[in-house]
Formats: sequence, structure tokens, C-alpha cells
Amino acid sequence: MLEVQNLSMRFGGLLAVDQVSLDVQEHEIVSIIGPNGAGKTTVFNCMSGFYKPSGGKILFRGQEIQGKPDYRISRLGLVRTFQHVRLFGRMTVVENLMVAQHRHLNTNLLSGLVATPNYRAREQKALDRASYWLERVGLMEMANREAGNLAYGQQRRLEIARCMVTEPQLLMLDEPAAGLNPAETRDLDQLIISLKEDYNVSVVLIEHDMSLVMGISDRINVISQGRPLASGTPDEIRNNDDVIKAYLGEA
Amino acid sequence: MVAAHNLKHALFCAVITLVISWPIMGLKLEAVGTQITLQGADPFTWIAIGVAALAVFLFQLFREAILGRLGMLKSLNPMADRKPMPQEKRLKLESIGLTLLIVLALIWPFFVSRGSVDLATLVLIYIMLALGLNVVVGLAGLLDLGYVAFYAVGAYTFALLSQYWGISFWMALPIGALLAALFGLVLGFPVLRLRGDYLAIVTLGFGEIIRILLNNWTNVTGGPNGIGGIPDPTLFGMEFGRRVKEEGNVSFHETFGIAYSGEHKVIFLYLIALVLAVFTGLVIRRLMRMPVGRAWEALREDEIAARSLGLSRTGVKLSAFTIGAFFAGFAGTVFASKQGFISPESFVFLESAIILAIVVLGGMGSQMGVILAAIAVTILPELAREFSEYRMLIFGAAMVLMMVWRPQGLLPMRRRQIKLSTGE
Repeated sequence: MLEVQNLSMRFGGLLAVDQVSLDVQEHEIVSIIGPNGAGKTTVFNCMSGFYKPSGGKILFRGQEIQGKPDYRISRLGLVRTFQHVRLFGRMTVVENLMVAQHRHLNTNLLSGLVATPNYRAREQKALDRASYWLERVGLMEMANREAGNLAYGQQRRLEIARCMVTEPQLLMLDEPAAGLNPAETRDLDQLIISLKEDYNVSVVLIEHDMSLVMGISDRINVISQGRPLASGTPDEIRNNDDVIKAYLGEA
Repeated sequence: MVAAHNLKHALFCAVITLVISWPIMGLKLEAVGTQITLQGADPFTWIAIGVAALAVFLFQLFREAILGRLGMLKSLNPMADRKPMPQEKRLKLESIGLTLLIVLALIWPFFVSRGSVDLATLVLIYIMLALGLNVVVGLAGLLDLGYVAFYAVGAYTFALLSQYWGISFWMALPIGALLAALFGLVLGFPVLRLRGDYLAIVTLGFGEIIRILLNNWTNVTGGPNGIGGIPDPTLFGMEFGRRVKEEGNVSFHETFGIAYSGEHKVIFLYLIALVLAVFTGLVIRRLMRMPVGRAWEALREDEIAARSLGLSRTGVKLSAFTIGAFFAGFAGTVFASKQGFISPESFVFLESAIILAIVVLGGMGSQMGVILAAIAVTILPELAREFSEYRMLIFGAAMVLMMVWRPQGLLPMRRRQIKLSTGE
């Protein structure tokens, strides 16, 4: 469903991403790994429209999306999370989820002002979807707390819930396990698999936690210094000499 | 070490106090014949300056101790650690309180002096302005220092329309508001990419451009002379003047067979302003809970996250600017009608600053807070009139104290709690 072809991104004299290609099929978890500064997040930023790539193509269901504005890409169903949690800190947890459903709501000012039946029905549907996902990620009791006051692990889960209420087709998670304790990481592991199995969402994952990556990925792409190093199933990657040298460490 | 640092700091502050107050208060220019001579002030002033410098020195020296004591005052407050009321109860109380307040505001003008009603109308105009700016600054987080421009657009629209085409208040009200909204939209486009300080500077410039334009486009706006003879609003074609100005209209006092009184007009304007202010408050309150209101806040909290969820920055920011400007246009039309005469003098930067101060003092995003602050900020300088030239000083000091003790504003914004149905 997603195909990245020879993606390059240049910042002045620095070629941050050089000829990276990857593809994601329906119903698949694909990971991108690589040492710090390898250009993983830059690839994400190109895919989600935050950067205009200097070269290459990104196809989503056959449609070229490189260089499109970020909010349009998100409306196509390509939604991402961030390396550092980016919640709307002073809004409540439910409000965070309501904002995410903006495009599912009736945003006509007049129908909102007089609260037409259509407006109210859509608002209620959004609330129901929000409470469903709050239940799903175990944040129901926190619904009316300000998002900024949640514990870090809860913020991470809220961010994923916030992506899911937009009903995405492809979810891009940028280091979702960063800062989580082992128990939370295990929960996250379960959650990501369930997103794929139960909600039919494909996932692209950037992660440093190798046990998480190896455990849930269908395929892995390795990037080093902006260039593709290897790609394949977790077993292939684990036994790839180049990867071991560059990243996993020679042991 | 700390003491030495404190001493240095306190000395510095005292010297600054001296440096500032000595030329301002210690020296006087006196006209002797055609000559102007510089004279020192009387000894009493000198002593006062010395005492002030000493007070500053001592306060800064024992700053921690003094502020610590003040902090202890909090524990004296019996309401300090009272639990917040449950939302339903609070909302009920609030709506009862508000209804009472509005009813009171409706009958109140019939029992007080003309001057008070006039002042109250001004308060209501500021409430409208502050509620509108609250959308832009408090909710959308866009620092707008040129808000008064939209107020001017509303006022001048009415003044010019009535002067050239004889259009009445009721026609001009929506036109003025819509035109101001259009200006908001036009300003919104170029500043979309700007944030924070940059946005503030551009909006400041825009405010000045409008004022200077009004000042210099003499053959249309009358320049610094302003526009006079702006008609009063009519009530279903009834005029409030002693004599009917326009063919076909009747006068209010003759229709009802009561004696003419200048107060009728003032009260009528007050009531119009009240209705419009309540309308403004209700509409914005509703907007805050609609998708667009949530989008404003989301964009303020984290623009990148908002965009990654499919919110268009353009649409959201423009809507905030436009809606804010719309209500400023409302306020401007009422203002023009109340004054009967407007000139660019009324739309200087200080006005923008005062409206912004109201929003910040009241508590960003909080409607009740903003309304309270608008009342306080408009009435306080009037109450302090007997202090003549020192009244702005008192006003400034009050604001500084407010910001030190309650930086979140008089009544900080409270988030609405949403009840969710659990489980399927």
C-alpha cells in the first residue's frame, strides 16, 4: 500500500537520506532501524509531509504524495506519532481525541451554533469512538484530566489512541517505546500487534528496542548514515553481517 | 554570598529609582517671561524621593523574607484548600448567577445617573472587544497587538456609511462587523506562517497602518478632525432626539406620550450594547465547544501535532482572526453610535494594549474572567479620577501586582468535563 522509491533528502550540504526505498503491504508491520542519526526520522518526516523530499517518490495506494502538505497526507489515512510525545497538554484527554476526529465532524459553523441533529449525531459518534479507544488503552479514568498531567507511559498510549481515532490505514510510530519500562513495553508490544490484527492497520515502526522490533516486525529495513543497508525478515537481519557490524555490534 | 548578591542588587535598584525619579520629579521647567528656566523642586519632594529610594533598597534587600511572609497569608484564607465543586453544581450556580446578573443589568440603568449608564455602555463595549480578542489570543494563542484596527474598521464603517449614504445603525451593524471580519481575513493571510514575537510585530504594524490611513486620508475620513454627526440608533423607526431628524420617523417620547428626556437615548444605547455583549458571549462560548474551538486550542498547544492529525493551519488560524475581528467590528459600530463623533485618536495602540491587558488579567481563554477584568479595567481609572495624573500610575501598579500574585488571571479558564458512556 505504501511504496517509497529512492527517497533522498538534502539539507544544504548534508545528504541526510540517500536513495532509501521501502514498501509496506496491507496488514504488515515494517520496522526501520539504524544507529542514531541514520536518518530514520527524516524518512518519517518526508513520508508524513513535514519535509519536501529532494528526490524520489512516495506512493500511497498508487497516488504520489511526496511534497503534499502534511494535513492532506494525514487525511489520506497516513498518521504518525512523534519521537517526543506531542499532546495538546492543556486540553483534557477526551478533547485530545476529539480534536483528532476533526475531519469526521460537522465543522460547519452555523450547524454547530444551532446544534443541528446532524452536528449532534456526529459529535456523539466521535465521543463514542473516543471512549472506545480510551477503554482500549486503559485511560478511561483519566478522560477528563489534562493530558499534560498524565504519566509518561499514559501519554504514549494516548498518543497512539489519538492516531487511531482518526481511523488511519497506515500508522507511523516514531520510537513508541522510548522511555517506557519493560512492563509498559510489553503492553505496547501487544497493542501494536492488536492494531494490525484487529483493526487492520499497517504499521511502520522506528524503534531502538531490539526485542520489540524483532518480536513484532514482519520485515525490517536497516538504514545507516542515510543509506539503506539491508532489508528482510527479522531472522535475515539478525544474521546479516553488514547489519551486525554497523548496528547490532560485533559479538 | 547570597547576602552580598542581595546587597548589590538592592543598591542597583535604589540607584535606578533615584536616576529615574530625580529628573522626573526633582526638576521643574518654569516659564519666566519668555524664558524657560530649570528649577529644583522643593525640599519635600527631595525627601520623598530619598525615602522612596530607601524603601526600594530595603524591600529588595529583604525581598525573600517579605515575599515569604506574604506567602504565609495564603494559609489564613479559609477557602484555600476547599475542594472544587462538582461540575454540574457549579454550572447550575453559574447559570443562575449569570441570569440574575443579566436581569439586574437590564433594570439597573433606570435607577442610576446618566453618567453611570454611559460608563456602563463603555464597559460593555470593552467586554465585547475583550471577548473577541480572547478568541485570538486566549484560545488560538496568536498574539495580536493591532486588534484596535478592527474596532476602528467597525466604527468608521458606520460613520462613513451614515455620512455618505445615510445608512442607519441597524444596517451598519452587520456591515461593520462583516467588513471588520473581512479585514481580519485579509490580515490573516500574510501572517499565517508567523508566530509569537513576529506575529505581534506584524499585527502591531497593521494597527498603526489603519490608524495612519484614517489620519491621512483626509478627504474621505476627515483626517484628524474625525467624523461627527453619527446618528443614534432608532427603535423601530423611533428616534430618541428632541426633534425628528429624518423624514418619516417619529420620536420616541411623542409616541409614548412621555416627556422628552436625554436619558432615554443613553439607556437605549446601553441596552443595545448589553444585548450585543450577551450575544457575543453566548456565540463565543458555543464556538469554544465546537470543533473549531477545539482546533484553535490544539493549534495553540502544538501546531505540528495538530497538522499531523489533519487540521489545516490556514483554516484554523484564519477562522480565529476572522471571528475575533467580527466582534471588534460590532463593538466599533456601537462605539461610533455612542460617541456620535469618532477620530483616529480613539484607535491608538494604547487601546490595543488595554484590551490585551483585559484578556491577560482576566485569564486567557476564560470568558468570566475576561468579563470581570473588562469591568475592573474600565471602571478603576474612573474611580481613581481624583488622583488625577497619578491614576495611570495606580492602574499600572495594580496590573503589576496582579501579575505577580495571580499570573494565571482573575478567573483562570476551566476545562469542561465530558461525561463518557463506558463500555458497549
